Amino acid sequence: MSRHVAVVGAGPAGLAAAAAALRAGARVTLLDAAEEPGGQYHRMLPAAFAATRPERLHHGWRGFDRMRRHVLGHPRCDWWPESAVWSLERSAPGDPRPPRVHALRGPADGGRRERHVLAPDALVLAPGAHDRVLPFPGWELPGVFTAGAAQALAKGERLAVGDDVVVAGTGPFLLPVAAALLDAGSRVAEVLEANPPATVLRGWAGRPWELAPHHGKAGELAAYGALLARHRVPYRLGRAVVEARGDGRVEEVVTARLRADWSVVPGTARTVAVDALCVSHGFTPQLELPVAAGCALRRVSAAESYVQVDGDQLTSVPRVYAAGEITGIAGAPAARAEGLLAGWLAAGGSPAAPESHRARLRRDQGRAFAARLAAAHPVGAGWPGWLRPDTVVCRCEETSYATLCDAAGDPAGGAARTVKLGTRAGLGPCQARVCGPTVAELLARRAAGTPGHPVEGLAPATPHHRPIAQPIRLGELAAPPHPPTQTPNQHEEENP
Amino acid sequence: MSPRLIPAERDPAGRRDSVLRLTVDGEPLEGVAGQTVAGVLLAAGRRAWREAPSGAPRGVFCGIGVCFDCLVTVNGERDVRACRRRALDGDVVTTQARALPGGGGEGAR
Ligand SMILES: Cc1cc2nc3c(=O)[nH]c(=O)nc-3n(C[C@H](O)[C@H](O)[C@H](O)COP(=O)(O)OP(=O)(O)OC[C@H]3O[C@@H](n4cnc5c(N)ncnc54)[C@H](O)[C@@H]3O)c2cc1C
Ligand code: FES
Repeated sequence: MSRHVAVVGAGPAGLAAAAAALRAGARVTLLDAAEEPGGQYHRMLPAAFAATRPERLHHGWRGFDRMRRHVLGHPRCDWWPESAVWSLERSAPGDPRPPRVHALRGPADGGRRERHVLAPDALVLAPGAHDRVLPFPGWELPGVFTAGAAQALAKGERLAVGDDVVVAGTGPFLLPVAAALLDAGSRVAEVLEANPPATVLRGWAGRPWELAPHHGKAGELAAYGALLARHRVPYRLGRAVVEARGDGRVEEVVTARLRADWSVVPGTARTVAVDALCVSHGFTPQLELPVAAGCALRRVSAAESYVQVDGDQLTSVPRVYAAGEITGIAGAPAARAEGLLAGWLAAGGSPAAPESHRARLRRDQGRAFAARLAAAHPVGAGWPGWLRPDTVVCRCEETSYATLCDAAGDPAGGAARTVKLGTRAGLGPCQARVCGPTVAELLARRAAGTPGHPVEGLAPATPHHRPIAQPIRLGELAAPPHPPTQTPNQHEEENP
Repeated sequence: MSPRLIPAERDPAGRRDSVLRLTVDGEPLEGVAGQTVAGVLLAAGRRAWREAPSGAPRGVFCGIGVCFDCLVTVNGERDVRACRRRALDGDVVTTQARALPGGGGEGAR
């Protein structure tokens, strides 16, 4: 009987994990909340668009298409699209099996989805990340989008979010977003990288041999640069959007020069008329499933944690592997390498096999790349200077910066949990997915005086603990699983 | 002046659109099969369709199902993320305000 590996997420990491697990002889169940595989990087057009040339919208389409067809069509692979994993149920102490996987199959947030429970022999978690956006006055106005939203709408729905757009924040991700907007017919007024040239250069330069394996990425970036130049889109460093204004929707943005720590240089403000603004200050890993599984986290700062993995992508929980952006933000090629290693080993592939060796090498190159990415595009400590007392910090509950500061300053109640209950920040529908890192960072600073310092004697605030990872309706919760707990895929052993 | 769909005839991806029809707050609205509910609303030039607790307008922010800014009611079911739900011909969509704490939506999180 071959092993049954469940892979959650079919982005670059999950798809690679499934491919490697199949190669190692396992039966695989690959789940994704989306209708199509590909994740954020290879976001596919909906089948109903009947596109004749989908490859026009993708980097590396051919490799992805081959991998997708191979994995989804493999006789030992069960592909579960539109399947949201809403809970991981840990095994009893002493039971060596990984957590059981609870999934809802059907249209997003629909009330009549089928409940399924999987009991795999090993689990690979690859749920990816979402944009991080720091608050600024007016960021809640309609027409302000995360950069990822603009990208997803352009790539996945062929929709331009506006006619006159500013793209701002930090990181190389701003470039493909600007390119997608141009392709969709928007005018991009400017692309603003908040970090000054010195920070960006120091991060990327030095130890150039580490970049050699990433010439593909460098070529991609160069192509974006050329595209921006052709459209005469300025790429400005050391400048940021510090305010969005408008009556019921964004009509103009205020940009300002920043110092290296992201504090505003007085007298440098400029306004730009826009009908859309796209912002991204890095990415936040989707940690609710790893946390539910009991995986230890690697804490980088008050605002940032990732899943802790060993050299084999194994988490602190036996038989639970993690791959892709949940272990660190390093882009699609690194996610793929991690997935290959995780899937191969989860399926019982030999750690000494050439497959493992090759994947480890590429994974390590990916990690080196990630370290440089983080060094070149950090979030400066001075950004709270953009905030006004009435600036919304928690979008769901509309908690203001002043309310949060008051609660944090209260000597009796400054702990994360008390602040949360007192201000409702993080208690709205998004369950702190958006404001969590911001609130954690602001509280840690106020409590310790120094940025990023954990509070002595207090458990670090983890905004990622959500017992229910995806919304489920009470009716669905009450319904019995369908069919009763199964090990799917009752295929006979066959030759790969 | 507003969000819009790339016209199919100019789309390098070679789309072959087929029309679908929704009702949004009682008004008929045309979209393209395959679009999400948010896609249909945006392509119709709407940026906002939900009210935050203070009554402030909200629409799409994250676009991938994380922020819950884009919630709508679809065929009588509250709290559906418009950016995640594919529109189906004949869907009845109503915009919604955030339920009062303790009341309203049946969604558990
Ligand atoms: C909106 C957005 C757009 C991006 N676009 C680009 C781009 O164009 N170019 C680029 O270089 N980088 C892009 N990135 C960066 C991107 O995160 C990485 O390059 C890469 O896609 C990461 O791969 P991954 O496999 O780790 O995660 P992802 O590609 O994010 O894949 C994770 C998958 O897991 C699924 N999932 C998550 N949670 C669950 C659950 N509970 N149940 C079931 N399924 C679940 C998701 O639906 C998704 O398909 C984007 C990021 C975001 C947030
Ligand atoms: S726009 Fe964020 S959940 Fe839909």
